[in-house]
Amino acid sequence: MADSIQMHVTRYDPDRDTAPTVTEYEVPLRKDWAILDGLNYVKDHVDGSLSYRWSCRMGICGSCGMNVDGQPKLTCATFLTDYAPGPIRVEPLTNFPVVRDLVVDIEDFMGKLPRVKPWIIRDDDQSVIDGEYLQTPEELEEYQQFSNCINCMLCYAACPVYGLEPDFIGPAAIALAERYDLDSRDRGQRERLDVLIEREGVWGCTFVGECTRVCPKHVDPAGAIQRYKLKAAKENVMAFLLPRGAR
Amino acid sequence: MVNEGAAATHDVLLVGGGAAGLRAAIAIAETNPSLSVAVVSKVYPMRSHTVSAEGGAAGAIAADDTLDEHAYDTVSGSDWLCDQDAVEAFVQEAPRELLQLEHWGCPWSREPSGRVAVRAFGGMKNMRTWFAADKTGFHMLHTLFQTSLKYPDVTRYDEWFVTRLLVDDGRVHGVVAIELMTGRIEVINAKSVVLCNGGSGKVFPFTTNANICTGDGMALAYRAGAPLKDMEFVQYHPTGLPFTGILITEAARAEGGWLLNKDGYRYLQDYDLGRPEPTPVLRSMELGPRDRLSQAFVHEVEKGRTIESPYGPIVHLDLRHLGEKLIDLKLPMVRELCLNYERIDPVKELIPVRPVVHYMMGGVHTDIDGATPIGGLFAAGETACVTINGANRLGSNSLPECLVFGARAGKAAAEYAASARPPSPAVMRQAQDEVRRLDQMRSADEGTERIADIREEMQSTMEDSAGIFRSGDSLTKGVDRLADLQQRLQHVQISDETRVFNTEVVAALELANMLDIAETILQSALQREESRGAHQRTDFTARDDKRFLNHALAYRESDGSPRVERMPVTITRWPPGERVYGR
Repeated sequence: MADSIQMHVTRYDPDRDTAPTVTEYEVPLRKDWAILDGLNYVKDHVDGSLSYRWSCRMGICGSCGMNVDGQPKLTCATFLTDYAPGPIRVEPLTNFPVVRDLVVDIEDFMGKLPRVKPWIIRDDDQSVIDGEYLQTPEELEEYQQFSNCINCMLCYAACPVYGLEPDFIGPAAIALAERYDLDSRDRGQRERLDVLIEREGVWGCTFVGECTRVCPKHVDPAGAIQRYKLKAAKENVMAFLLPRGAR
Repeated sequence: MVNEGAAATHDVLLVGGGAAGLRAAIAIAETNPSLSVAVVSKVYPMRSHTVSAEGGAAGAIAADDTLDEHAYDTVSGSDWLCDQDAVEAFVQEAPRELLQLEHWGCPWSREPSGRVAVRAFGGMKNMRTWFAADKTGFHMLHTLFQTSLKYPDVTRYDEWFVTRLLVDDGRVHGVVAIELMTGRIEVINAKSVVLCNGGSGKVFPFTTNANICTGDGMALAYRAGAPLKDMEFVQYHPTGLPFTGILITEAARAEGGWLLNKDGYRYLQDYDLGRPEPTPVLRSMELGPRDRLSQAFVHEVEKGRTIESPYGPIVHLDLRHLGEKLIDLKLPMVRELCLNYERIDPVKELIPVRPVVHYMMGGVHTDIDGATPIGGLFAAGETACVTINGANRLGSNSLPECLVFGARAGKAAAEYAASARPPSPAVMRQAQDEVRRLDQMRSADEGTERIADIREEMQSTMEDSAGIFRSGDSLTKGVDRLADLQQRLQHVQISDETRVFNTEVVAALELANMLDIAETILQSALQREESRGAHQRTDFTARDDKRFLNHALAYRESDGSPRVERMPVTITRWPPGERVYGR
């Protein structure tokens, strides 16, 4: 194994640059090092101005998503040796406006998230003093995988529809809507469907399935979208057959 | 730029968007909807370090459990340095808070009957730890964050870094903060401020803590004149993965995992922690408290019974006998982390582990409602020191602590805000001073010292001088080295002149925070001439209740050095006794 590897890192300074450039860095190639360790090496020892987000370094906070050799990855859980002998291309996540270097603007997602009402909706709020809402392990299993979304944005970076149609509410938000829909404690399906049945809801998706493929937490947003399309189609039939009040 | 007219104003400002901050925000939004509440956080709230908590959250609900037993476990776990009135309030409110999370949708693991399941945890005499597989913190944080979205009136300042508290006439009036996205420096006025921005594990080199855990809240309060309490108590978690420091949850031992030395021997039996049984025994062996287990590891190193690795001595955590099914059901993240980061499968292989800095028992001194001595300034969560943790926190007490005291501090801050006066002109001058300081920092290209160099030296200083075992000698050397690093920090180089998302300026400010915190840790440790809980002195090996059954309060002197005062411990029902585990 060589003792170093080249990283080709996208740099962009909005104060100075009209377009992104690429800078080549030589970093130590160590068995345990993730892409993120390579970037930290650059920041600590070569160029302190390199900007990127990271925090937990254990694949759960969702901060450090970037495109690595063209694929959206959590850089703390993607290893340098898997790209040897290099060079490794490190770019900001695609489909997002670039703020600076490897930092992208995710405000669009942050604005979309509340629209799908990702919280428990009930009309009969039972008092906490009366104890928990019962939920069997089987009922938990129904929605559990959808609850594992860490909002890392890899699925939006991989989604060809989001790239073309920025209004598309997108894979993670729909997966979270489905997470609450499938929760036996929730009664909010109707309200969420009203949002997702719109044009920028589930209908934008063309079933490419890239979202599910790139998810580092094995969530299946494509499956969630498929389920919603069925619900929405059924709803359209019902709307045709029955006046709204009867639904 | 600071512009008096343009400054934002809120009734209550929460600094930090983890479990404590979001719980406080929701508490205020629910009980005082007319108040203007804002959360300012240097990361998006769902990135907060709560996300990394794994094993669970303690709250006595089982039929065979009692609040008194939870209290006693916590008090004895703390080596009697907790305040027992705070512990009594905590154990009473924890189950209700956890149920509230359940109602908000937290995917707690369940019994076949549909009731919430509980598991064993270290130092706990009964099964009382609620869990969401082994991603409890993640699920709690996302549940809180998503629930907070129900309240659109809660203003969020995501990715804003608070650099200073504005305090005048003994009262807080707001903060100065940098908006990372633009580099703008702004004043955010508030009638009360709650610090809930986490711990400071990053003062040490090897830690489970995220990169963001730089003690910002503690440093803000300390510089504003509030004391930091019991800072000498640093928790080493016994099972971190070498190199990364990634936590392997205590739940792995609660589910039946064993700690083995190089001979495959369950070495904890040699340290007054009980006899090895094939299945887990509560408050015994691998389910002993974290301080005792981490200390046992050091003794194993001294006896030459650990295993050498490229990252120093390790022992093994053995889960193989638990089987794939149980591991996948109860410990899926342990397997995922081992496969991803160590490329080993705990179903078939031993996990290499070593003690790793995990939690600060100390923090901003508060009362039972989160109030600090500064008017309108509150703190909750790891930032604060109420203290229910004393000299050693029990695993699974920190998540419910965030909920119980986040809610309490939020409500108390809301009440305070109702009575507060408008800020004085002196506050505006302070704000302008701060803006000047930050602007100067952002053009410090002529500096000669690298941030990373000072940070690494600080971290190795802390490990050398204030590790699992300390001495007057090691601590004195550490104090001198930190003083030198404070001098070098004055010449730190900031090469990044761009305003937008300038992470180098943030790193320099975080480093300054950490150096102040580090000094309080060493000075408090130096002055505690006894061994208690996580503070073990090789030159004072016994607990000394006569001199030290009291808290250390570190105040910042005008020259920047800490002055340590002592404050009595509150004892209600459990007089100091021997800590007994496994017998």
